[in-house]
Amino acid sequence: MKKIVVRIALLVALVSLLLSACAQPAAPTQPAQEEKPFRVAVVMPSTITDLAFSQSFFEALKKVQEEEGGPSKFEIAYSEGMFNVPDAAAAIRDYASQGYDLVIAHGSQYGTSLSQIAPDFPETAFAWGTSLDTFQAQGINNVYAYQAESQEGGYVLGTIAALMSKTGVLGVCGPVNAGDAKLFVDGFVAGAKNAKPDIQVNVTFTGSFSDVSLMASAAETHIAAGADMLTGSSQSVVGAIGVAKDKGAYWFGTQWEQTPVGPETVVATQVFDWTIVIRDMVKSVRAGVLGGKAYTLTFKNGGLKLVYNDKVPVPDDIKAKAQETIDGIMNGTIDPLSGPKQ
Amino acid sequence: MAELFTLPVLLGIFYSGIRLATPYLYAAIGETFAQRSGVLNLGVDGIMLMGAYTGFYIAMKTENLLLGLLGAAAAGFLMGLLMAVVSVSLQAEQGISGIGLNLFGLGLSTLLFKVTLGGVESIRGFQPIRIPLLGQIPYLGDIFFNHNLLVYGAFLLVPIANFILNKTTFGLKVRAVGQNPQAADTLGVNVTLIRYTTVCLGGILAGIAGASLSLALINLFQENMTSGMGFIAVALVYFGGWRPWGVLGGALLFSFVNALQLWVQVKGINIPSDIAVMMPYILTIIALTFSGRRARQPQALTKPFERGEN
Repeated sequence: MKKIVVRIALLVALVSLLLSACAQPAAPTQPAQEEKPFRVAVVMPSTITDLAFSQSFFEALKKVQEEEGGPSKFEIAYSEGMFNVPDAAAAIRDYASQGYDLVIAHGSQYGTSLSQIAPDFPETAFAWGTSLDTFQAQGINNVYAYQAESQEGGYVLGTIAALMSKTGVLGVCGPVNAGDAKLFVDGFVAGAKNAKPDIQVNVTFTGSFSDVSLMASAAETHIAAGADMLTGSSQSVVGAIGVAKDKGAYWFGTQWEQTPVGPETVVATQVFDWTIVIRDMVKSVRAGVLGGKAYTLTFKNGGLKLVYNDKVPVPDDIKAKAQETIDGIMNGTIDPLSGPKQ
Repeated sequence: MAELFTLPVLLGIFYSGIRLATPYLYAAIGETFAQRSGVLNLGVDGIMLMGAYTGFYIAMKTENLLLGLLGAAAAGFLMGLLMAVVSVSLQAEQGISGIGLNLFGLGLSTLLFKVTLGGVESIRGFQPIRIPLLGQIPYLGDIFFNHNLLVYGAFLLVPIANFILNKTTFGLKVRAVGQNPQAADTLGVNVTLIRYTTVCLGGILAGIAGASLSLALINLFQENMTSGMGFIAVALVYFGGWRPWGVLGGALLFSFVNALQLWVQVKGINIPSDIAVMMPYILTIIALTFSGRRARQPQALTKPFERGEN
């Protein structure tokens, strides 16, 4: 009997300790609202501060929120860290049943789940990416799709990297050879090869979007193999940028500005600006159109931007060549997956 | 394939392999102690994350790496203590409580990271120290004697752990408690104390394993940065037959193959990257099936101890 009492006492002490440790500051209360705000919910695989895919989208949402007049007019709810697809699917369904106007599944891995959820909520607009499939072929009319044409920035960054490289070797630290990462990597390789036909581009994939440690080893391996310019995609690249910084190699980023990890390591970044997509979706949903349109981010529509880091000097002739390349992609004379069209 | 067997590539494989093995060694040696005393702690990954976060945060704020390391060990100790209270005193099912501890560490480290740091930042971590004389040996000096403090520590830990487990009274008690706690108890060994000690020691080492990532190998913290390394560490304990030298063998095999697969990709050898990434895991499974017969699992592993039962 005494044993049981001791055990219960220990358990109570433990639980109360944990609860007090986990206590979070209370969420700020919403201001009183007169008119009904537009409500957006987004489910993201990584966090809103991942310096990559999720952050690029969240920052755009916040920008649109500002334009719309703040949280009382434009409400954002988000679930981050949803690498686990069943969890994400549950969150998507939850948001839809809570009556959000637009529910966004920000990850190509959520597509199958979304195609099963969307028909259950015909009054709710959904969106997902990166993909161009709105499921209209399956008879679903309330889903938007969006994709970044990452190969465009990849091609430009590959051009710059090839021209800047002294060793003639470039290293690409890829996560999984699919979707956005594949587009970026393919564009980078094509750009490098077209800028300098004898350049050597080594490509690795870690098989994971989140394995920071293996990504760091991949960068180390590239540098040991002679690479002085590195690039890569996904939130796990922070490990690789750290290695590049330690070993004096340069880094080319994509999705979101990664300079905080390597202020003197990151040369240039292809930044995604999703605001044009979000703005148009919000406008359409307000007009009663709940889906059926696929968006792309390109240099031409302003969704993709090339951002240099001021702390790393890039020779003017290389910058000029980069601009020329961007112009070529915009006017269609360069195909970012193969090169100049004849 | 021939391009893989050049000197620079082999040097590269050994060098990265040794670095990759470091966190696994700390975590798996710590887990060996816990399991030899009869406690299966599946929460290693969560403890590593807490160690990685705490170490990074303290090192960043105080600009003192050793304080960070100490903080990581302390965080690991507290997590180990929690596991010991739940699994030894409260006698909860070890597998389940370990998974719970893992999720707790994952959640808490992510929360703290967001509240205190907000985003990814990097620090200057432990730098390589070239050992005098030995470091001058051509090739071998570069591979073995030009690493940071935590890498040397991990490899020194193996003979030390082996000595403690096999040559000291404490080690004898640990093994006795893991083999037959009732018998050890009648001989006056304090089973509860021994298990608390080993689980907390395991926690400390798992905390240091996390710090080896955030302070020495990657030099930053990101949520869930271990991505399951703690579970590989638990597997390595089985792989190594609950012996420190066996764990070393397993950790090196796994890490060398992982380093090799990256070189296979860099050299453009025509294997799909998905297959290359699988290589270390496949090889580990194959090695496990062959080492199964030699394994000497502690008899009382996962069994809570209740005085007077049996």
